Amino acid sequence: MPRSLWPWTAVLVVLAVMAAVPSLFTGIDPDAADLNALLHPPSAGHWLGTDQNGRDLYARIVYGARPSLLIGTGAVLLALAAGVVIGVAAAQLGRVADQVLSRSLDVVLSVPGLLLVFLVVAVLGPGSGTAAVGLAVVSMPGFARVARSEVIRLRSAQYVEAAHGFGWSRAQVVARHVLPNAAGPVLALATVSLGAMIVASSSLSFVGLGPRPPTAEWGAMLSDSREFLALAWWPAVFPGVAITVAVLAVTFVGQHLNRRVEGRLS
Amino acid sequence: MAGVLKTSPAGAAARNGRRSGQGRETLVRLVLVRLAASAGVLWGAVTVTFVLLQVMPGSTADVLLARSSVGPEVRAGIIAEYGLDDPLPVQYLTYLGRIVRGELGESYVLRRPVWDEIAAQFPGTLLLVATTLLATVVASVVLGVVSANRRAWVRSLFASAESLVVALPPFWLGLLLLTVFSFTLHWFPAIGSSSPAGLVLPTAALAAGPAAVVAGVLREGLLRAMDEPFVVTARARGIGEAALRLRHVLRHALLPVTTLLGWIAGSLIGGAVIIEIVFSRQGIGRLALSAVTNKDMPMVIAVVLVTAVAFVLVTIAVDILTWVIDPRTRDAGR
Amino acid sequence: MTPAGRGPLVAVRDLTVRFPTRHGVVEAVRGVSFRVERGQVVAIVGESGSGKSVTARGLVGLTGEGARVGAAELTFDGVDLRQVRGRAWRALRGRRVGFVLQDALGSLDPLRRVGAEVAEPLRAHRIVPGRQVDAEVVRLLGEAGIPAPESRARQYPHQLSGGLRQRALIASALAARPDLLIADEPTTALDATVQRQVLALLRERVDDGTAVLLISHDLGVVAEIADHVYVMKDGRFVEDGPAAAVLESPSHPYTKTLVGAVAWHGRAARPGRASPAGPEDVGPGNAGTAREVLRAEGLVKRYTLPGRGEFTAVEDVSVTVRAGETLGVVGESGSGKTTLGRLLMGLLEPDAGRVLLDGRPWDGLRGPARRAARRGVQMIYQHPLSSFDPRYTARQILEEPLRADRAPREERDRRVALLLEHVGLAPDVLDRRARELSGGQRQRLAIARALAPGPQVIVCDEPVSALDASIQAQVLDVLADVQERLGVAYVFVSHDLAVIRRLSHRVMVMKDGRVVESGEMEKVFDHPEHPYTKALIDAVPRFASRFRRVSRGAGVTGA
Repeated sequence: MPRSLWPWTAVLVVLAVMAAVPSLFTGIDPDAADLNALLHPPSAGHWLGTDQNGRDLYARIVYGARPSLLIGTGAVLLALAAGVVIGVAAAQLGRVADQVLSRSLDVVLSVPGLLLVFLVVAVLGPGSGTAAVGLAVVSMPGFARVARSEVIRLRSAQYVEAAHGFGWSRAQVVARHVLPNAAGPVLALATVSLGAMIVASSSLSFVGLGPRPPTAEWGAMLSDSREFLALAWWPAVFPGVAITVAVLAVTFVGQHLNRRVEGRLS
Repeated sequence: MAGVLKTSPAGAAARNGRRSGQGRETLVRLVLVRLAASAGVLWGAVTVTFVLLQVMPGSTADVLLARSSVGPEVRAGIIAEYGLDDPLPVQYLTYLGRIVRGELGESYVLRRPVWDEIAAQFPGTLLLVATTLLATVVASVVLGVVSANRRAWVRSLFASAESLVVALPPFWLGLLLLTVFSFTLHWFPAIGSSSPAGLVLPTAALAAGPAAVVAGVLREGLLRAMDEPFVVTARARGIGEAALRLRHVLRHALLPVTTLLGWIAGSLIGGAVIIEIVFSRQGIGRLALSAVTNKDMPMVIAVVLVTAVAFVLVTIAVDILTWVIDPRTRDAGR
Repeated sequence: MTPAGRGPLVAVRDLTVRFPTRHGVVEAVRGVSFRVERGQVVAIVGESGSGKSVTARGLVGLTGEGARVGAAELTFDGVDLRQVRGRAWRALRGRRVGFVLQDALGSLDPLRRVGAEVAEPLRAHRIVPGRQVDAEVVRLLGEAGIPAPESRARQYPHQLSGGLRQRALIASALAARPDLLIADEPTTALDATVQRQVLALLRERVDDGTAVLLISHDLGVVAEIADHVYVMKDGRFVEDGPAAAVLESPSHPYTKTLVGAVAWHGRAARPGRASPAGPEDVGPGNAGTAREVLRAEGLVKRYTLPGRGEFTAVEDVSVTVRAGETLGVVGESGSGKTTLGRLLMGLLEPDAGRVLLDGRPWDGLRGPARRAARRGVQMIYQHPLSSFDPRYTARQILEEPLRADRAPREERDRRVALLLEHVGLAPDVLDRRARELSGGQRQRLAIARALAPGPQVIVCDEPVSALDASIQAQVLDVLADVQERLGVAYVFVSHDLAVIRRLSHRVMVMKDGRVVESGEMEKVFDHPEHPYTKALIDAVPRFASRFRRVSRGAGVTGA
C-alpha cells in the first residue's frame, strides 16, 4: 500500500471503532440537552460546539457514526448478496430465466434511484431498516449485471475450458476458477458503491426518511441545522465534514484495492 | 488498376443516396425497437405499483385514501372507479387502462387531481435539471480538456479535487453555498426564490458532483484516445494538433461521456428532489416527499411513473446520440 | 539544403533514441546508421522490442513524448531533420514521407469514413482543390486496388475486410505522392494470399519511383520486395547488405537463427519427421502399425447467425490421428480449423458425425467417465496467457491437472519437476505468475500443463503464431522433442505453412469448412493437387533456394 493511503486507512479504522464502541471516544451523552448552552460555538468544553438543544456536537458525531455508516454498509451488503444470486441465476438457468430476470432488472432501473427508495419507504414506512432496504433495491441491479456478465465471460474463458479438460466436475471448475475470478469485479463495484450509499443514506436522513429522532445521524443533524443557518455555522459544517471524510476514505482505499485486483487480472 | 473504375458519377450518387437512406431506416428501426422495449419496461413498472397497492396492509380503498377523512360517497366512488369489487384480473386491467389513458387519479390528501399537481410542479424541476445538465457539460468539457494536456502531477491534482467534490453530499454542499453566498455575502437570494438568480446555487450544488465525474471520464478518454494508433497515423499525415483533437480525439473521448450523461440526466431527477428541499424550491421533489410522509399512494405512484417515463425517454435519446457518434454500433442492430 | 534529386533520400548516422522512465533511461535505438536511395526498398528486420519501429518513427519525429533523439547525421532529401520543429514537421509528414502502420483497424479512425481518412492528407497539404478532393479519393482508392471505390469511400473501417483496410491505409499514406513510404509491418495479421496482394501493391509504387522503408519481423515478406536489408537486434544493426546476400548466406548467428526459423526449401528443419510407423503407413488403405488414438468421422458443425441463416463451420470432415504422429491442419482465417479442434476435444457437440478417442466415442461418455476421458485430449492455445487462471503462479498452473488426478504431494512435486525438464524451463519460474514470464516461457508452460494429465493427443491451435520467429523455432523444437520422448500425437492447427511443414507428418488443407486435400506432408507440399492448396503454397514468401520477387500487379484485384 502506498504511503499516501496510510492516513485514509487509519481514518477507516477509527470510523469502524467509533461505530462499534463510541464510548471510547467521548464520555459525553450525545442526547443530553443543556438548556444553558444552546448553539454555543466550539470551545474547550464543547470541542465542536452545541446544537439548538444544547447537545454536544462532538459526542453526537461520534455516536452518529454507527447509524450513518451502518445504513450504507447494510445496503451494499444486501444489494451484493441479492445481486449476485440473481446475476448468477440469470447466467446459469437458461435463456428464459435470463430474459425474465434481465427484463425485471430493467424495470427496477427505469425508476430514478431516490424515487425508488421513496416508493419503498411509502410502502414500508420510514426508518433505518427501510432506508437500507430501499437503497439495496436501487443498487442491486448493478451487482446482478456485473455478476451475470462475469459468469458468462468466465464460462467461455480459455482457462475455464482448459480446467474442464483436466477432468474436474462442473461444480469444481466453478468453485476453483469462475467464482474467485468473478469476485474481483463484483467487490470492486461494492467498494465504489459504498461511498455513494453513505452519501445517499445521509440524504435520506436529511429529508427525514432515515432513523427516527433523537438518534444522532449525520444527515439528520445537518437537516436540523438548516433553521439556524443564519445564527450558527458549526452545526451545518462538522457533520458534513464527517460524511465527506468517511466517503473519501472509503473511495481512496477502495480505488487502491480495485487497482490491485485489476493489476492482478490484466 | 484504374481500369477497375467503371462506375459513372451518376451511379455513384445514386448509390450514396441509397446508403444514407438505409442509414435513416436503421435509425427508425432502432428508435422503434427501443420504444417497444421501453413500453415493456414501463408496463412492468405499472404492474409493480399495482402489486404494491394490493400487498399493502388494509383494503386498497383505504390505501388510496391514505387515512384522509372522506365521506362514504367518495369511498364508494373510488371503489367504482378502480373496480375494487371486481375479481383481481379485472381490477388489474381496469388499473392498466386508467394509467394508459393518463388517469392518475386523485390525491385525497391534497384533495385535488394528481395530474394537476404534477403539471404544476414538474416545470420547476425540469428547469433545474436542464440548467444542471448544461452546467455539467460546460464545466466538465472545460475541466477535462484543460487538465488532459498537463503534466502527471497536475492531472493527479485535478483527480484528487474531483474525488473530493464527488464525496461531498450535494445537500451539504447546498447548505454550505447558502451559508456563504446567501447569509454571509448576500449575493444570492436565500431560499424559496423562483427568480433566475435563485437558480444559481441549486444548480451549482447539483452539478458539482456530476461535473467532477464527467470531467474525469473525459480526461481519461482524451488521454486514451491520444494513445490510439490512428492518432499516430493522423499525425503522420501532417495535420495540426488542433485539427487532430477536433476531428479525431474529442469524438472518441465523448463516447463514454454520452452514456454517462444519459445516466446522470436520469439520476438528476432524483437528485433534484433533495436539492429542492434544501433550497425550499417548488418542484416534484417536495411533492414526492410530502406524498411519501403522508403515504399518499396515488401521488407517490404518479410521481414514480412520470419520472420513469422521463428517464426512459432520456435513455432513448442517448442511444440515438451514440448511434450518430459511433458508426460501429449501427451494424449491430441489423 | 541540397537540391532535390542528389544524394541519398535518407541518410542516418549514429541514431540513438532514449526513453527516460521511472526505472532509468531505456535505450531503444543504440547508434544505427543507414541510407535509403530514391526508388529503393530498404528493410529493417527484427523481432519485437528490437527498436525497428522507433527507428522508423525517428524519421518523421513521431517517437513519442519524452523520447530523446540524437544523431550525427539525420537528413531527408538534404533537409537536416535534427533542426526541424513543429510546423516544419507537418510540411514533411504526409507530403514528403507517407507512413503506414500495422493494424489497419486501429490505424484508421474507426469513427470516420474511409474516404475522410484518405482525404485528410489531401486537405492538409492542399494537394488538389477542395472541390476535387472527393474525386481524387475515389481515384486513389481505385489505384490501391479497391473494387467499387465510390461506395467503399463512404463506408467505415470496420465494414471493410482486413486486406481492403490495409489498402485504404496505404492509399491515404500515398495520397500526397510522397518520395518515401515508411511501412511498419504492413502485412502482419493478413492471410497469406491477401498479404501477397498488398506486397504487389507496394512493389507497384516502388516501380513508380517511391522509396520504401519496410519495417518487418517477417523475413519472407522482406525477401519478396527488399533491395537492401538491415537486421536489428537490441537497438543495433547486427548485419546488413543486399537482400539476396543477407537472406541466402547470413553471416551473423542471429540472422542465421531468423533465416533458419522460416526456412522453406531444402531439408525439413528436423530430421526424422517421417511417420513414426514408417512411410508406408500414411497412404490410404495401409493398416498402420502405430495405434490409432483419435478418429473423427463425417463431422458437421453449423451455427445459426441471427438474420443471416445458417453458417457451416465444419462440413463432413474425417480425421485419423495415430500415436506419436502430427497431423497438420492448414487453412486461412474462417476455414473452420479452430472449430474442428474444439470438436475433437469434445468441447463442442457435432451436428453430425462422431469423434472416437481411443476407440470410444465422445457422445457415449457421460459424467465421470467423460471427465476422465477428457484428460486424454489436451489443448495448447494461441495466447497462453488467457489460458491460465490469472491468479495462479506457474506452480499452481502445473499442479492443477495433477490435483484433479488426486496425486499426493510428493508425486506432484516430482511430476512438476519432470514436466519442467521436458519443456526446458528452469525451476525458478515456478513461483512467478504467467504474466511475468516471456512469450516463449509462457508457451513452454502451456505445453508442460497440456502434458500433465498424460494425454494421448494434444490439439495445438496456432500455438506459435503470436511469437517472434526465433522463439517460434524454440517452441517448435520443444514440441518435437516432447513427441519423440513421450509419443504424444498432435493435431497442429495453423495458417502458417512453414510452421506446419516443420512439424507435421501428414497434412490436411481446409477451406470454408471442408477438407480440400490431405495426405503425407511431403506429397501435399511438393505436389499439391487442389488449386487452393497450390495457391496457398504459392502465396508463401520463400527465398532460401532462389531469390524471387513478386511480379508486378500479381493478383492485386479482388480482396
